[in-house]
Amino acid sequence: MIKTIFDKLRPHFEEKGKLHAFYSVFEGMETFMLVPSTTSRTGVSIHDAIDSKRIMSFVVIALLPALLFGMYNIGYQNALAAGMVEQTSFWAMFFYGFLLVLPKIVVSYLVGLGIEFAVAQWKKEEIQEGYLVTGILIPMIVPVDCPLWMLALAVAFSVILCKEIFGGTGMNIFNPALCARAFLFFSYPTSMSGEKVWLAKEQVCSLGYNLPEATTMATPLGEAAAGTNISYSLSDMVLGFVPGSIGETSVVAIAIGALLLMYTRIASWKTIVSVFVGGAIVALLFNFFGPADNAVAGMSCWEHFAAGGFCFGAVFMATDPVTSARTEQGKYIYGLLIGMLAILIRVLNPGFPEGMMLAILFMNMFAPLIDYFFVQHNINKRLARGKQTAKK
Amino acid sequence: MSLFSQERREVLTTPLAKDNPVAVQVLGICSALAVTAQLEPAIVMGLSVTVITAFANVIISLLRKTVPNRIRIIVQLVVVASLVTLVSQILKAFAYDVSVQLSVYVGLIITNCILMGRLEAFAMMRSPWESFLDGVGNGLGYAWILVAVGFVRELFGNGTLLGFRIIPESIYADNGGFYVNNGMMTMPAMALIIVGCLIWALRAAQKEA
Repeated sequence: MIKTIFDKLRPHFEEKGKLHAFYSVFEGMETFMLVPSTTSRTGVSIHDAIDSKRIMSFVVIALLPALLFGMYNIGYQNALAAGMVEQTSFWAMFFYGFLLVLPKIVVSYLVGLGIEFAVAQWKKEEIQEGYLVTGILIPMIVPVDCPLWMLALAVAFSVILCKEIFGGTGMNIFNPALCARAFLFFSYPTSMSGEKVWLAKEQVCSLGYNLPEATTMATPLGEAAAGTNISYSLSDMVLGFVPGSIGETSVVAIAIGALLLMYTRIASWKTIVSVFVGGAIVALLFNFFGPADNAVAGMSCWEHFAAGGFCFGAVFMATDPVTSARTEQGKYIYGLLIGMLAILIRVLNPGFPEGMMLAILFMNMFAPLIDYFFVQHNINKRLARGKQTAKK
Repeated sequence: MSLFSQERREVLTTPLAKDNPVAVQVLGICSALAVTAQLEPAIVMGLSVTVITAFANVIISLLRKTVPNRIRIIVQLVVVASLVTLVSQILKAFAYDVSVQLSVYVGLIITNCILMGRLEAFAMMRSPWESFLDGVGNGLGYAWILVAVGFVRELFGNGTLLGFRIIPESIYADNGGFYVNNGMMTMPAMALIIVGCLIWALRAAQKEA
């Protein structure tokens, strides 16, 4: 049915049609809805059964559990701070969070896709699908209190300066979603970290509870960085009933997404596993040799994994096929160093309670170098082998 | 040749855009990042560099036939260093606050690549008047980039220009509004991004021309 609509519309957008100027928009919409009807005309090409738009859709599906749980958790935290958890129904909490997150998603897609469409029209290229995932990732990694104009600014910054100037989807060095977060983090530190931003404080459509402006709620990592003991139980941290960025709190919801991604082989299990191994090594080292007065150094590795964005970063950010290492052995090194750096930053830098974002961005920069060494190693090995056989 | 012949006007104007020392030759970036967090030091710095480049060019151009080739770099350094000391003392005497803000960067004008570059590439071969025009052109080319970067950084990082409030207090989040200053604007990292955007804009504009 959808296909007939597109087929009917197509003549308007082709070479002589009235709307030819918007061909790239049409093309983008069509390939988003349907598998492209064209095949390569020259040479021999091997295509996978799914193209990159289908991959992107899978990642979005894998993100849904974490996103839905995040919405529920916003309502839960709000009710908790108001002391009304018992009296509030599940759906009231969920819809409260839903109403707060929806505008963020809409803004993120409107701004991001707007820029992408404009650039594609301007350069007369196809619309690239990369923003599909980024657009949903960005609202999931900001605090619920983040104002919409800041979000729009960060999206514009990351799409233009971290993606389009490098040549668009597939060419970017840094993960655009993390660039947006880094922009927010360094530009508006008071709105991105601290104790005030993790809690929605106003009623929306008569759902939720109004809370006094001064109500604060620290994240587990925030508490640890401040030197106090973490007041949340480990099970709460694993299930996700703690304050934090919208999508990052629940390990269980992220694990569902991770299983889906690994089953479909979209995300590399090598990267994910080595991030956790790297984190565990450094956390253990700090447990034994770390400074005694540093509360974060004393955290066990499972507490590190459950707190903050460690899991979210490992599963959805580190595995980004564009910015991660591409050689198979390189992925081990890449993941290992992300995990190690993330814990290192958490423990040793009191200014940054969460190190995952910086660790991944930093390793994004080194991914090509890692790949270079593995490729070069392979070339040398084969050259040596070739010489040996030549001698005989 | 008249005082402002076609050729001499080009000596003055090409460094402003087509051969801009910061945007095209990518020289003097360090100070461009360091002093542009606010507009006032950026303007003062730009003017100081303009004055020093212009007069160093003139002096070296006058000396160019008498300086032995082997020690020319030392002579150039002495000339630049004395001019920098002069400017630095004048700033301390008449604009103390700004000179404190600029701190070490006035002294570091000595090491600014634009200066030595112009002395070596231009003043050693051309007449004093042309060298003066070249110095002024390059200094102003450097200055306007600094002023542009300083303008953006002070406006969005502090909401002020030259210390006067441009973005009204009432829209700030502290006073019940929504606006928050962009903290990254006050960091050198953002200055680099702004300089990058300026270079991008300049190149795009010149490609069409």
